[in-house]
Amino acid sequence: MRRSGFLLAAVFALATSFAHADDLTVSAAASLANAFTELGHAFEAKHPGDKVVLNLAASDVLLKQIEQGAPSDVFASADEATMDRAAQANLIDPATRRDFAGNVLVLIVASGIKPPANLADLASGTYMHIALGNPDSVPAGRYAKQVLADAGLWDKLQAQLVPTQNVRQALDYVARGEAQAGFVYATDAAAQKGKVDVAFNVTTATPVRYPIAVVANTKHAQLARDFAALIVSPEAQTVLARYGFSAP
Amino acid sequence: MPADAITPLLLTLKVALLATALATVFGVAIGKLLGRKRSLLRDTAESLLTLPLVLPPTVLGYYLLVLLGRRGTLGGWLQENFGISLIFTWQGAVIASAVAAFPLILRAARAAFAAVDPQVENAARTLGLGELKLFVRVTLPLAWRGVLAGALLALARAMGEFGATLMVAGSLPGRTQTLSLAIYDAVMAGDDARAQTLVLICLITSVVLLIAAAQLLRRGRPERGA
Repeated sequence: MRRSGFLLAAVFALATSFAHADDLTVSAAASLANAFTELGHAFEAKHPGDKVVLNLAASDVLLKQIEQGAPSDVFASADEATMDRAAQANLIDPATRRDFAGNVLVLIVASGIKPPANLADLASGTYMHIALGNPDSVPAGRYAKQVLADAGLWDKLQAQLVPTQNVRQALDYVARGEAQAGFVYATDAAAQKGKVDVAFNVTTATPVRYPIAVVANTKHAQLARDFAALIVSPEAQTVLARYGFSAP
Repeated sequence: MPADAITPLLLTLKVALLATALATVFGVAIGKLLGRKRSLLRDTAESLLTLPLVLPPTVLGYYLLVLLGRRGTLGGWLQENFGISLIFTWQGAVIASAVAAFPLILRAARAAFAAVDPQVENAARTLGLGELKLFVRVTLPLAWRGVLAGALLALARAMGEFGATLMVAGSLPGRTQTLSLAIYDAVMAGDDARAQTLVLICLITSVVLLIAAAQLLRRGRPERGA
């Protein structure tokens, strides 16, 4: 009995001795998946022993998590509006807020579907299902809704719209052919190049800009600041450019 | 009750009730087929058919999406021959919920049929009753309580179905946005007031169903003792 207790204590000691390295939790918008995975590895190479844990979801969902006290260290959102709300609620350190990338909203169609000539064309019978992020919680969906509303098409297209939980889900539906068309970022379209075609770029009311900031309640302030600094560095800009992001 | 809270409720009831009915038909039929005998083959079959209960709902949803989608085996066939597409429709939601709930009825039905006294069934056979009539007029009436208990579990499962439904049918307000999906969307959009209203409706509906179920199971139970 005593020997097994000793063994158990030894196992615990061994296990906890590995926990000295830091885990940095980065809450990033879904469209940053590929770029931030690569940048996460680059950061880990510079900080041996520390690990980057990527938490990907729609920006509003990430904000909700931080609001409710989820242990996040860095927040990168797909629009200024969500970061503004984070700042208003004192959830981020405003001194660390920086824009690090830009993107373009595009209308994509599933491979093999005839691309519409313009937005009004979407009302035709060819596009039975048009996927877009849910405007209530996804920045990409908000940009798309604004554009459609400005063109007087929002109400007209209601029956065809399929709101998704994040921009990548919209991309997936179009890539599978379940939705004939969809609104995603140019970078997302590039990620599924073979399965979707870009019909045209969509001019949004405000430019698509990604801000990054350190979360106010982070337990790894210095490491978080280092990560944010890496993201705005020229080295990261090269990586981001490779995935199709533009300069902020 | 706010208008936009009734729609998810009615949709949930429609989808859940139809899904339970569908699952019950298949559960009863396959439960009968698997029968009383316990062999390696039959038990393996039952285990495989119980997979939807064990798999994470998103895995279930993924497989259904691949199977029923435009480019899927079943979905492609339906599209070509009948012009039917199940993705993003309430019918797709019914199928997703039915597949998720099916294992609950299957196990309950098989157990209920196995519990029927074989002497009674044999007596009916000696009196000349054919197998189908035997099942409908002797076995089912004796096993109904067990089957109903399974069906109620299935109904509860179908009402709470979320992951598989979300992938297959999407969360389209008014068309496929059931109560659980509406609550999720409301929380994600930061609309806590709406979320709380919907949760309350969900709670009340579930309690009413449970009480009705308990009454149903109690009624018809023969008085024990004197």
